[in-house]
Amino acid sequence: MNSDNKQITDTVPFDVRKVREDFPILAETVHGKPLVYFDNAATTHKPLQVINRLQHYYLHENSNIHRGVHALSQHATGEYEKSRRTIQKFINASSEKEIIFTRGTTESINLVAQSFGAKFIAQDDEIIISGMEHHSNIVPWQLLCERTGARLKILPFDLNGELQMEELPGLITAKTKLISVVHASNSLGTVNPVEDIIALAHSHGIPVLIDGAQAVQHMPVDVQKLDCDFYVFSGHKLYGPTGIGVLYGKTKYLEAMPPYQGGGDMILSVTFDKTIYNELPYKFEAGTPDIAGGIGLGAAIDYLNTIGMDAIAAYEHQLSDYVIEKFTNIDKVQLIGNAKKRVGSFSFILDGIHPHDIGTILDFDGIAIRTGHHCTQPVMQRFCIPATARLSLGIYNTREEIDFFVQSIHKVFEVFS
Amino acid sequence: MINSELRELYQQVILDHNKNPKNFGKIDPHNHSAEGFNPLCGDHLFIYLQTEGDVITNISFEGGGCAISKSSASLMTEALKGKSITEAKEFFERFHNMVTGQASEDDDFEDLDKLAIFQGVRDFPVRVKCASLSWHTMIAALDNNNKSISTE
Repeated sequence: MNSDNKQITDTVPFDVRKVREDFPILAETVHGKPLVYFDNAATTHKPLQVINRLQHYYLHENSNIHRGVHALSQHATGEYEKSRRTIQKFINASSEKEIIFTRGTTESINLVAQSFGAKFIAQDDEIIISGMEHHSNIVPWQLLCERTGARLKILPFDLNGELQMEELPGLITAKTKLISVVHASNSLGTVNPVEDIIALAHSHGIPVLIDGAQAVQHMPVDVQKLDCDFYVFSGHKLYGPTGIGVLYGKTKYLEAMPPYQGGGDMILSVTFDKTIYNELPYKFEAGTPDIAGGIGLGAAIDYLNTIGMDAIAAYEHQLSDYVIEKFTNIDKVQLIGNAKKRVGSFSFILDGIHPHDIGTILDFDGIAIRTGHHCTQPVMQRFCIPATARLSLGIYNTREEIDFFVQSIHKVFEVFS
Repeated sequence: MINSELRELYQQVILDHNKNPKNFGKIDPHNHSAEGFNPLCGDHLFIYLQTEGDVITNISFEGGGCAISKSSASLMTEALKGKSITEAKEFFERFHNMVTGQASEDDDFEDLDKLAIFQGVRDFPVRVKCASLSWHTMIAALDNNNKSISTE
């Protein structure tokens, strides 16, 4: 790293202390120690701006949407739809009709597997996913393959945790109907070259779904620039509420796809002879949704926009470099995943010490990390390990917390010495 | 500074058995076996038993897991070798009650001998499965030969 770069990376892009004040949970103590929360890839904490927005909704606005002529219902509908436009702008979708509210990433993928699958995927067709997918981007496709007789093909990754892109052209055939790939890996931290995958897929006329569950909170995402056909993410990993998520889809596909669930709100008219489905996005939103969650997610995005996704990406990049530097200086620590382009999720193992034991000992210092297979068992199998410990960063983490983490890792060695 | 509750969980005997487990590997012959799996943390082990009549003449385990699960398996095999199947099942009940905190407070688990060091586990609810995986697997091996069991 040359001196110019050093100067840039040492400039903190926003006031982290001020951000921390927005997250009341960070004042909690665990086993008598201040909470150090490094499990952001599992879920992020919520700023007051989101918590207050949810409370405000239930105190002053609660009503069902899209159906009442009364003032409260109209107001709630307005706020919910405003949130949809906030999300549209956040990922730069061309129309708010392309933003479907779901329960989360998992439901978004299941929706596409069910609905796109019913329309476009038949026996002997092929779907390509990568070897580093979360189970939620594996199992829905396996279920689809069982139903239709289609086949699932896997794009492998190397021991640095980078996709073996040279293998992709050989996997694509005339029968390939969809490619579904994770944008950033939850267990390896790898940011995949999704632009290249999308360009190659489109040259064969194949649509691409990008699982952005671990990407949207870390970097600016522009779905039009990516030119992906579907993009999915969860609200709760984006500093928003649980129970709400997003499916972005290009209009041409969403229009062609049949409804996912039937019920209220997704219809224009129902008779026992014929039901006419509602237009986008409502065609895919049967039943009363998580209204507060949708509005809360809008508040979370508003909050992130006040900091700026570029500033967040820059700050987390600095923190990530610091984590790598610290890890490099500890013997007997092995990072699992060393991709050049990455987000701040770090899987690691300690020589001779099981991740579960690491997690228990760190918990005693108030440090929350995840241990286990991170719902990516095929990734664990690739590295021939049963589990890892994982540190994952968020906007409120600090260098001091990383220093404290390193001290605690030494304590793990001490217990097992 | 290592917290005393933590030291209570990771006692020296547990650490020793984790490092140098007893009765590790597949015994031949064996007439009972089962596979145990904790999908949440990836603990995965096999229990092998050789019985003659009602007596466990030999027992071993194979596989990997955290310090708690590995040492528990190791100490279990030590405790059960030479015991009757009925005694093994009684031990299981006692051990299970101890780690899940279901026994009375003045119970010191003296009858469990070395296994009593797992008392600390009851303060760590998420670790109870680690300590009891080998025991559930042992029971599965005796009851349903060659079946695999899961903690979930």
